Amino acid sequence: MRGAAAAAKAVDAAPALLSVEGLSVAFDGEHGPVRVVDDVSFTVAPGETVAIVGESGSGKSVTSLSLMRLVDYAGGRIVGGRIRFKGRDGRERDLATPPAESLTDMRGNDIAMVFQEPMTSLNPVFTIGDQIAEAVMLHQGLDRKAARDEALRMLEKVRIPEPARLLDRHPHQLSGGMRQRVMIAMALSCRPSLLIADEPTTALDVTIQAQILRLIRLLQDEMGMGVIFITHDMGVVAEVADRVVVMWRGRKVEEGTVERIFQAPQHPYTKALLSAVPKLGALRGQDLPVRFPLLVVDDAKAEAAPPAPPPVQDTVRAADAPLLEVRDLTTRFDVRKGIFGSLKARVHAVEKVSFAVRPGETLALVGESGCGKSTTGRTIMGLQSATSGTIRFDGVDTATLDSNGQAKLKEKIQYIFQDPFASLNPRMTVGFSVAEPMLVHDYVPTSKPGLSRRRAVEERVAELLTQVGLKPEHARRYPHEFSGGQRQRICIARALACDPKLIIADEAVAALDVSIQAQIVNLLMELQAKRGLSYLFISHDMAVVERVSHRVAVMYLGQIVELGPRRAVFENPQHPYTRRLMAAVPIADPSRRTRDLRLLTGEIPSPIRSIGDEPAVQPLVPVGEDHFVARHAVGGDF
Amino acid sequence: MTTTDATGVAAAATHEAVRSPLREFWRKFRRNRTAMAAGFCLLALVLAAAAAPWIAPFDPAAFDYDRILEGPSAGHWAGTDAYGRDILSRILWGARISLSVGLLSVLLGGGAGVALGLIAGFRGGWIDSLIMRVCDVLLAFPGILLAIGIVAVLGPGVENVIYGVAIFSVPVFARLVRGSTLSLKRAVYVDAARAIGVRDRLLMVRHILPGTLPSVIVYVSMRIGTSILTAASLSFIGLGAQPPSPEWGAMLADGRSYIGVASHVTFYPGLAIFLTVLAFNLLGDGLRDALDPKLR
Repeated sequence: MRGAAAAAKAVDAAPALLSVEGLSVAFDGEHGPVRVVDDVSFTVAPGETVAIVGESGSGKSVTSLSLMRLVDYAGGRIVGGRIRFKGRDGRERDLATPPAESLTDMRGNDIAMVFQEPMTSLNPVFTIGDQIAEAVMLHQGLDRKAARDEALRMLEKVRIPEPARLLDRHPHQLSGGMRQRVMIAMALSCRPSLLIADEPTTALDVTIQAQILRLIRLLQDEMGMGVIFITHDMGVVAEVADRVVVMWRGRKVEEGTVERIFQAPQHPYTKALLSAVPKLGALRGQDLPVRFPLLVVDDAKAEAAPPAPPPVQDTVRAADAPLLEVRDLTTRFDVRKGIFGSLKARVHAVEKVSFAVRPGETLALVGESGCGKSTTGRTIMGLQSATSGTIRFDGVDTATLDSNGQAKLKEKIQYIFQDPFASLNPRMTVGFSVAEPMLVHDYVPTSKPGLSRRRAVEERVAELLTQVGLKPEHARRYPHEFSGGQRQRICIARALACDPKLIIADEAVAALDVSIQAQIVNLLMELQAKRGLSYLFISHDMAVVERVSHRVAVMYLGQIVELGPRRAVFENPQHPYTRRLMAAVPIADPSRRTRDLRLLTGEIPSPIRSIGDEPAVQPLVPVGEDHFVARHAVGGDF
Repeated sequence: MTTTDATGVAAAATHEAVRSPLREFWRKFRRNRTAMAAGFCLLALVLAAAAAPWIAPFDPAAFDYDRILEGPSAGHWAGTDAYGRDILSRILWGARISLSVGLLSVLLGGGAGVALGLIAGFRGGWIDSLIMRVCDVLLAFPGILLAIGIVAVLGPGVENVIYGVAIFSVPVFARLVRGSTLSLKRAVYVDAARAIGVRDRLLMVRHILPGTLPSVIVYVSMRIGTSILTAASLSFIGLGAQPPSPEWGAMLADGRSYIGVASHVTFYPGLAIFLTVLAFNLLGDGLRDALDPKLR
């Protein structure tokens, strides 16, 4: 790992590879042109990594697209500034002025780009080998045979196991992490001097993300290229960047070395942003979860005073009987193939999962994609039927309930989905969506006597919207008129409508910007303190989980491998997979780049198994107070 | 930074008018001049048809043997036919028949098709297979042939033409709605509604049906044009409206013998059919542009 000194030396020693001066980009809006990027300047030296950070709408992606003039094809245009780039031939040219078409030879040759979504960036009808070879032939003028050899070399370079076999595969046969490696191989096949990586790891699981980040860094050292890293994830920034450019509302608000930005941020926005970033290990030594000590910035003018330390979340009523008890829950999906739909295999999504949630408690279910955490939540909610096992809510086995009982259950358990926009019906007003649970369950809100039911529901909607930080008059509006964070607030208001006891939050903050994510997490915790709610918090983000949960269950391949109090699991992880997961989380602190990266190799195996091939499930054995671990080799050797 | 979330958009939202889906649709549709013009033409035609008893210059059935097959003149703007009847008046009265046949058959067929498509898409399984296989069979016939067959069985007449044309609209709507139901069924907000305990029937009617309506509305407008054309064709071959009814297709059939000596007898009813069908199609195109979420 290189420190600030090395980075500073690189900047001093080499003349800038790329220097952006006063870049402004405008898009045509409904009411005339809108400046999306306004007077942004920065430089990148060879071998240096510059991270451009900001939240959605900050203009960071538009800035990166402008560098290759791809913004011209997206409807934007550069209205000011210069982009000076020193090509491989040593000639410096301004990329901001010539027509976008004349720069085709430079794209993918001198400057290469890696995008967020590796599936859509690869053509599904061609094999991996053909696609890389095509890029090589286009830019290096090699013949087919030589290009294919070069493709093989590139795949070896991005550390793909068995690269020769991979050449003849199609993109859909590869995992997300492998696809991103292929994209990087393609981008690097022409040995560009500048690589622009636009959120390259956002769609990937943490353990895969860590591998890709390490790979980019290794290749950068080998090839000496400059890297521009666009991201919203401060953990990733702390991990990879030498220098950081912070963008807010289309402007650059701060720039500095990564250490300076993290240790002594100057601009109020940067300070507020950093206050909202969940840092793994922030609650070391704490038994109970604590809310984010959020700074609030108001138009970058008022410097907000640091808020009072938030109260600890002491809400668990441990003496009471558990609210939700899940025992040996198994959910499997049949995979049918062929014209007769014969049963070929099964997806073992959830295998003999057992846990309990106490009143007022937050139990986090963590794991990577495909580990069965969402299926567990959906099965409890009744959106999916269980293959076997029992679910007891409030002491009653839900399988024994009649249809009225089932309906009642859906009043007391509520679900919050990951994507707040998709989970609200776009054709219904927000007020209706919030009121709908009350109408479905004939729930009469307690309010002043003498009110008609209609008025009572309306008042309740207004009250709920106020509780989640919105205004009563928002009830008349439609979901598309709100921002992502506001929509998630609406979903929370809807979940609260019938006074539920348990809320299943399925990646409820994963799609939100960090500052909004912190606000929503705080809101959930505040509501828990006020109403004694229990949460089943399903998440892949260890740092957020550390903030919110009282207890944690780690899932891997459909099984719980470790279950225990948050502090015990985070400070003394027992299962190798838990350790792997922790090691993979990028920590938003550049002074802690010394993670044990040896732990991070390999792919997540598939939960699809052939018929009769039942997975072995080991019992959870106690290793400490309330702390259990499944001692078997799933996800790592014991 | 809370400004971007809690206050920024909210402040904007409180001062602007509510952007309801209907309002958004109107905002987009208004900008499409062609579709607006088509809409106005159709509105004028509907009003003219409704007001036919008062605005038609002559009785559409009154014979005038002094003015047989006369060309357009100041007295008879569109001329007269073989019995001296005023063609303009007959077209105005005929609009009543043609429009109501088009509208009623599409509403009947569309209504049944939407219901079947919704059930097939939502329930799936054998119900889906049954409904869709029957639709496949109906679609295997050329539309007009199917309508001829149905009218031949039921007997000629305007009412049976409506049934015939309606039946051949059913599978088209069923397929359309089944397709969008299948995709809407997987929408997260449908899962969300299910999670709060909304039962299947309400789920279909409240959360899935409104989502299919935009494409249905577009199709209705296109389909009315087709239905008018089919109904006119049936009348032309003598299976639909019977003489002396001033149905447009029947008028074409009446004028067929005189096409060499008095082409206006076929020209004006033909023009009426052409313009009406064109207007419905243009309106449909405009509706699609304004309603289709993919084009936003």
